[in-house]
Amino acid sequence: MRLPLAVEVAGARAAGALSRLVGAGGGTTVPGKLLWKVDPDAIDRLAARLPQGAVLVSATNGKTTTAAMVAEIIGGRVRLAHNAAGANLVSGIASTLLASRDAELGLFEVDEAALPEVAERVRPRALCLGNLFRDQLDRYGELELIAERWRRTVSALPGARLAVNGDDPLVGDLGEGRALAFGVDDPRVARSGLQHAADSIHCVRCGTPYDYAAAYVGHLGDYACPTCGHSRPSLALAARDVELHGLDGVAFTLATDSESARVRLAVPGLYNVYNALAATALALVLDVPLSDAASGLERFSAAFGRFERIPVGDRRLLLLLIKNPAGANEAIRTLLEGERFGTAVVALNDEIADGRDVSWIWDVDFEPFAARLDRLVATGSRAAELALRFRYGGLPEERIEVVPELAQALDRGLQLTPAGGELVVLPTYTAMLALRRIVARRGHTTNYWERAA
Amino acid sequence: MKIVVGHLYPDYLNIYADRGNIAVLSARAQARGHELEVRPISLGDAVPTGIDLFYVGGGQDREQALVAVDLATKADALREAVESGSAFLAVCGGYQLLGRFYRDRLGSELPGIGLLPLSTVAGERRMIGDVLLACDWAGGRTLAGFENHAGRTHLDEGAEPLGRVLAGFGNDGASGFEGCRAGRVYGTYLHGPLLPRNGWFADRVLADALAHVTGEEQELAPLEDELESAAHAVSAERARRRGGRF
Repeated sequence: MRLPLAVEVAGARAAGALSRLVGAGGGTTVPGKLLWKVDPDAIDRLAARLPQGAVLVSATNGKTTTAAMVAEIIGGRVRLAHNAAGANLVSGIASTLLASRDAELGLFEVDEAALPEVAERVRPRALCLGNLFRDQLDRYGELELIAERWRRTVSALPGARLAVNGDDPLVGDLGEGRALAFGVDDPRVARSGLQHAADSIHCVRCGTPYDYAAAYVGHLGDYACPTCGHSRPSLALAARDVELHGLDGVAFTLATDSESARVRLAVPGLYNVYNALAATALALVLDVPLSDAASGLERFSAAFGRFERIPVGDRRLLLLLIKNPAGANEAIRTLLEGERFGTAVVALNDEIADGRDVSWIWDVDFEPFAARLDRLVATGSRAAELALRFRYGGLPEERIEVVPELAQALDRGLQLTPAGGELVVLPTYTAMLALRRIVARRGHTTNYWERAA
Repeated sequence: MKIVVGHLYPDYLNIYADRGNIAVLSARAQARGHELEVRPISLGDAVPTGIDLFYVGGGQDREQALVAVDLATKADALREAVESGSAFLAVCGGYQLLGRFYRDRLGSELPGIGLLPLSTVAGERRMIGDVLLACDWAGGRTLAGFENHAGRTHLDEGAEPLGRVLAGFGNDGASGFEGCRAGRVYGTYLHGPLLPRNGWFADRVLADALAHVTGEEQELAPLEDELESAAHAVSAERARRRGGRF
């Protein structure tokens, strides 16, 4: 039996409210999961109701921030259905659709593995493909497999506009010539060499190691294969004259063939330049003028749990999500721009959303961070493993405290932070959600579902 | 004393944080007043003489295929080294390549170098999760790690496994065994990485490498290993609670 869509929708919405009432969390995916179970095709029909269609953003790193930047750029012109709290599987997108009755345009960040199904159901008018890094091999499998699925997704959407990261060898040529390729064009901010965690350093066509004229973030950069010639596509949108301003932000010039705009971004790091490029590229394929994209980016502050500063009494938390080697390396690279830090709380959980396989922490370059720490509070369900990683990374054992319980670890970290000081907190995904809940319960920040509403 | 490690294909086979294993060997050698020197051996390189311990990790399918062809050219040199008493630790993809062959889903075969008496055939579903083993040859001591492999590895008749599976899939999800050992050669699917949370096994491998340096069997004095034990306990609990399930 098939219920009328309106009945299904009302029932699923009630389930979301119920989930919040009983305190089960944000209820951000409960209604969607219910709807999906009752009628998997309802999502397709809900998406089809959006008068201006939907746009999708996917990447291993930066999709939440990129989508938040896009929302800042275009949110003033259209009413959005946007999964801002990062519920990025089919169920989360269904929930967002349910919660946004009057939306005109869908703006969805999508989990890399879920992209094929979401794209098939939502039939987006535009797609922004950011990057593919090694992440949760226990869940996603190998990178090339995901790239291949993305390639098929792109082929199955011949009418969709595309923006791709030209600096990523796995992503740069997915557009079959119809994509707007973006990238960084400023060798002054390149790294001196490829990082340990760099992934796609061998030619995707013939297997020869790439020559990098510049490597910016992980394997993102200006690459060329000396054997078969596979190289970075020409960039239709480039970031030039990048100035990194420590923890305070980053400035750069966005340039197309015909125009350019200077942007001062309030979030730091080269990886946020990539997020800004992705957001701008998507805006451009939606026919938003470059100047509007630039002013939207200047208004942008921070996305959920990604470089968030939260006041807690007379101290402050600086929250940076870590979830895979490439992302964690960039978080650390950014932190190192700042002062010496006293204490840091690093939280490692191993739920499905964090990755059950915690080996990735050994691929992160924690060493320069450890060298500037007075004390580490290691927390989360795999706190001991994390403590080992830091000890092998050069931090003496007597400066490491293992406090698996998150609330206790947070208290200990705050206790070790002088009044007026800032406590750096690096949590994995579920630890980040839990820590924000703890802080919210104490009245210091809004819950994410309130913020996202 | 100086222990020389030959790290095979570190630029291709490094998917499961293999450098964690090397860091552990290095630190534990240092704690006993020894020094570990690591020499990368990659595509096209000759196998140097005087290697006390070979290490090979795992990679993605494409990298593994690239490496298999090259490894075949090194097979004789590696076999000679092992016969002269060098130790060998192979993890995941590297473990498969030490067997006789790896047959993929379409039936085509990658050659192995036959240092371990086993062969591997790709299966339908990947076996992913936490694992716990008991090593009867080591007084029942346990190894805790994480596995993620499509290959089903079958030990030849009479071959010795590394351990009995207490929780998890193991070699093939059916035999109840995991890994393989032959003299000073060890192969296993366990990563996590393997050595940080299994200090006793890191010491076993180091002792084997030292035996090659000195020409006599070695025993290492145990270290305190407080964090190691705590990490091992959590990993073991994970395996008992959620290992071995598709």
